[in-house]
Amino acid sequence: MMRVGGAIGAGNHIDRFIPVSKLKYYFAVDTIYVGKKLGLLIFPYMHQNWEVRYQQDSPVAPRVEVNAPDLYIPAMAFITYLLVAGFALGTQSRFSPEVLGMQASSALIWLIIEVLAILLSLYLVTVNTDLTTIDLIAFAGYKYVGMITGVVAGLIFGRTGYYIALGWCCISIVVFMIRTLRLKILSEAAAEGVLVRGTRNQLRMYLTMAIAAVQPIFMYWLTFHLVR
Amino acid sequence: MAFTLYSLLQAALLCVNAVAVLHEERFLNKIGWGTDQSIGGFGEEPGIKSQLVNLIRSVRMVMRLPLIVLNSITIVLLLLFG
Repeated sequence: MMRVGGAIGAGNHIDRFIPVSKLKYYFAVDTIYVGKKLGLLIFPYMHQNWEVRYQQDSPVAPRVEVNAPDLYIPAMAFITYLLVAGFALGTQSRFSPEVLGMQASSALIWLIIEVLAILLSLYLVTVNTDLTTIDLIAFAGYKYVGMITGVVAGLIFGRTGYYIALGWCCISIVVFMIRTLRLKILSEAAAEGVLVRGTRNQLRMYLTMAIAAVQPIFMYWLTFHLVR
Repeated sequence: MAFTLYSLLQAALLCVNAVAVLHEERFLNKIGWGTDQSIGGFGEEPGIKSQLVNLIRSVRMVMRLPLIVLNSITIVLLLLFG
């Protein structure tokens, strides 16, 4: 009884659910940040320092720190994905307004399912992390940038172009996710690169890899029917 | 894939129902997932199984009444609108 009460009452688990007052920090972006972040999403290999500079209570505004998650890019990418999907369907004469609505709700629901699955697995592995739900929504939304690139390449260059662009973006997103989540989920020592033994760190590493591996699956699943 | 928000809600409702139906005595204890068997000491690492057991027990306790309401509403809506 005490155990259950403790687990539910401890702030870490419940107040993770959508702290709305912090929402404005996630939209405090500027052009330089958006440019750098898009570059990071497509080409994360040169970036050295993935650590987010810690700030006392509020989330770090993305304007000052390129590693901080934001909601502007995911929101814009989601809407752009819908427009591009409509355009792609139109070029194949498969377009109708209902289809657009279907695409929108499908993509949104997959996003919700993914975030809920990640939340559940974070709870099960008892990770003490400062990842909020909004952070997870932001990270899950970053894959839309890769999807848009893939579909646009498919529209211009045909199926081959689609596969090449999507393959590149998938690998980039996997690397991006692993490097970002590693710092947040793994313990301090393990994140430095030191090999720390123990089942807990192993579990956390598996979790990070699973989250990263799920991204390409979603990216392919949500776009393959758009490119002929 | 024709996903609507409503189908997501239905799926979630069915999942929660599935968790709520697991009987403590007749089933969970038999497979070693009962809460009287696995509350270990106040050790550092709860481990996945005890987290799951706690989760199941919390869901059953918390969602019992809301589930009655939600199920009734869903049944009525399904009867009315198909």
